[in-house]
Amino acid sequence: MAGLISYGGYVPRYRLNCMAIFGAMGWINPVTLTVARGEKAVGNFDEDALTMAVAAGMDCVRGFDRCGIDAVYFATTTAPFKERLNANIVASALGTREDVRSADYTASLKAGTTALLSALEFTAAGGGSRALVCAGDQRLGKIGSVQEMLFGDAGAAFLVGEENVIAEFKGSYSTAHDFVDHLRGANSLYDRMWEDRWIREVGYGQFIAEAVAGVCAKLGMTAADFDKVVYPCTYGSTRRKIDRGMGFKEGAVQDDLLAAVGDSGAAHPLLMLAKALEDARPGEKILVVGYGSGCDALVFEVTEAITALGKDRGVSRWLARRAELDNYLKYIVWRRLIQADMGMRGEFDLETRWSLIWRERKAMLGLHGGICRACGTQQFPPERVCANPACGAVDSMDLVYLADRGGRVFSYTGDMLAASYDPPAAYGNIELGGGGKMLMDFTDCTADDLEVGMPMEFSFRIKLYDPKRDVTNYFWKAVPALQEVG
Amino acid sequence: MAEGIKDKVAILGMGCTRFGERWDMGSDDLLVEAFGEAMEDACIEKKDIQAAWVGSHITEINIGKGGVYVANALHLPRVQVTRAENFCASGTEAFRAAVYGVASGACDIALAIGVEKLKDTGYGGLPNYPGFGQEFLYYLPMATGPGFFAQLATAYASKYGIPMEKVKETMARVSWKSHRNGARNPKAHLRREVSMEQIIGSPMIAYPLGIFDCCGVSDGSAAAIVTTPELARKIKPNQELVKVKALQGSVSSGEEYVGDLWDGVGIPTTREASRKAYAEAGIKDPRREISMMEVHDCFSITEMCTMEDLGISPNGGAAEDIAAGFFDLDGELPCQPDGGLKCFGHPIGASGLRMLYEMYLQLLRRVPEERQVKDPEIGLTHNLGGHPAQNVCSIAIVGL
Repeated sequence: MAGLISYGGYVPRYRLNCMAIFGAMGWINPVTLTVARGEKAVGNFDEDALTMAVAAGMDCVRGFDRCGIDAVYFATTTAPFKERLNANIVASALGTREDVRSADYTASLKAGTTALLSALEFTAAGGGSRALVCAGDQRLGKIGSVQEMLFGDAGAAFLVGEENVIAEFKGSYSTAHDFVDHLRGANSLYDRMWEDRWIREVGYGQFIAEAVAGVCAKLGMTAADFDKVVYPCTYGSTRRKIDRGMGFKEGAVQDDLLAAVGDSGAAHPLLMLAKALEDARPGEKILVVGYGSGCDALVFEVTEAITALGKDRGVSRWLARRAELDNYLKYIVWRRLIQADMGMRGEFDLETRWSLIWRERKAMLGLHGGICRACGTQQFPPERVCANPACGAVDSMDLVYLADRGGRVFSYTGDMLAASYDPPAAYGNIELGGGGKMLMDFTDCTADDLEVGMPMEFSFRIKLYDPKRDVTNYFWKAVPALQEVG
Repeated sequence: MAEGIKDKVAILGMGCTRFGERWDMGSDDLLVEAFGEAMEDACIEKKDIQAAWVGSHITEINIGKGGVYVANALHLPRVQVTRAENFCASGTEAFRAAVYGVASGACDIALAIGVEKLKDTGYGGLPNYPGFGQEFLYYLPMATGPGFFAQLATAYASKYGIPMEKVKETMARVSWKSHRNGARNPKAHLRREVSMEQIIGSPMIAYPLGIFDCCGVSDGSAAAIVTTPELARKIKPNQELVKVKALQGSVSSGEEYVGDLWDGVGIPTTREASRKAYAEAGIKDPRREISMMEVHDCFSITEMCTMEDLGISPNGGAAEDIAAGFFDLDGELPCQPDGGLKCFGHPIGASGLRMLYEMYLQLLRRVPEERQVKDPEIGLTHNLGGHPAQNVCSIAIVGL
């Protein structure tokens, strides 16, 4: 029986207090005070929907064989590329094989649950033994808008398959409505909404009930059967009304994470599900609804296997790794909504050499180094000639995936001269786990946080953005290793 | 075993512009200035030059590729002119090529000239450029010189268990000393003495390097005309011969960048180049035999680590020598008697030749008393280009 094998989450380090947004921009639309609650997660300047999906994917597949993954799906409404399959970048970063099924699921907030359904059906239909769904979203509200308050950045991921499932897939029910509560045209940066009351009553109010009723009828269940209920709804009062009307079990409805993360779009139902699985017990029944141009309702039953998975993944530990972004303008600059002076080094032309990127793809996207067959020396990047002076063997490299190994700080600096969206730019040498060194960017830290010998892990990030040609290039950066929470 | 370059070539004449913000000068003007002084000193005519090499690094704002720009600017008489580019070693590379040309017997008189016009870049510090190849744009941080070299300091503090305040103090002593020397040199860019407090308290550029730990961005040009000792004696019978004792270099193998063997504070290329240079020059105890040095003090921490790499100070012992005034003008082994990169700035292609110019003047006792090194016999110059983990090092030893 198909089901979830593993889960992963990702919430970026920086959180922006919604009152800070209101303090800066509330003057233009005072009604935003009504949603100015809690804080929202904000991706660093080098994060986007894709990098957060990768981060969640890394969290999810830790301890699993990457080569056993047969499909990689990426769900988002804010893909960095309209044409160039984003899922393939995700797959490469996660070090999967190249003979995998890949697809982007997009254009709806239920893209995450739809991708998950496709993955479940892919494995159930014998398409492959394991499929990975990685979702990430980084939606933009106009400066001073309600959406700006509501939207937060996050990622979530699920490994799906037929064996050793931690939550068995029981069935689903989907609806498709061209209900335009909000939309973003092909050339628009910002979300645009229709009237709130209509969205609350006809949108969330009717469609979620319809989907829950549908799946219950299909599976012969009632709303009260579910131990955990996961669905997004940004309207608190509507949510309470739905909860009461559906007759969910007391305490079953999961925290919507709005106050801590914000609405992370296509990733949100999956983020909530990942969070719910952290303390799920065998036998529990979980209902997940993805809402957006209709609904997907999915039902899972938790198995004994969940106790063996361990607690070293999910959402809580990312939530605990929190740093306040105390400057609203920093957020606006990081999202490139206004131009700040980066100095002349920031104007360096960054035209991408695509044939070079293709040749180097294993090293650049998947952080593959080489291990010399002749002498065993690990090195990055993998080159034709072994760098060990005592060896020097030619064409002797076996590729090795380094992204999940991390390392330790060997040397570092915080550079005020280098062009950076978050100066001083921290970078330095990392001693790689397994041997060798790498000079690389550090992120999610300042030079003050660093010391020689400190453990670091690797995070897939935006390396360069070429504004002239609208091209994002990615590479790995070192971040202080996440401490376990609790 | 090759017999080496020792005493096979003499410096016939040298020239050097004032370094600084030469807003009214282009690269061509600077070349003319340095070349003019060198020619006058060498007592030859332009037609006597049989080959030329040009040290230059940043092509885009400077002299472009190849040697055509320089040949045209100086109107050299249709001799072969080649651009020598090797990061910060470019000036010394041009010198090496000219010296090898003469030593091989391929020519009698050759010109080495270096130039860089950094003030036309618009940058404070060096501009971005993919110095290690395009693919490294996608791997390496968009780092700057200070950021690359600052890592020596964090690694040094960790390796020797020295508190960063102490490292900062030692680095400051390096800059303090160079400013004292540079203040007395009319060709230096920065000509003010600075206090230890000013240096330590200066704004941070790349932790832990403050602005006074960094050399300046300057324009400049320097030139050398080299020939055989026999011809030199004939052309300038009244000048003591300044001869080339050694010219050695070393480029990173890639081991430092990817390997585990490197300690992150010693620069293996400097160690290798100096070992070879001492052997070529017949120097057994560099700490005692070398009279003076101009080393690549792009940053104060670089000079500090270089003292250990050159075998002058024991590993971990540079701080003690620096504090004791060992490298001061009146110390046992004066280092940067002209003020160094710290006060001259670093027009990359010119720096190596500027260092040789100082050694040449000192050996011929042509510097004013207040800056004259006592009884100099052997001078060493050292350049380090790239960054600590991936670099080129060049060393020249000249002497009487």
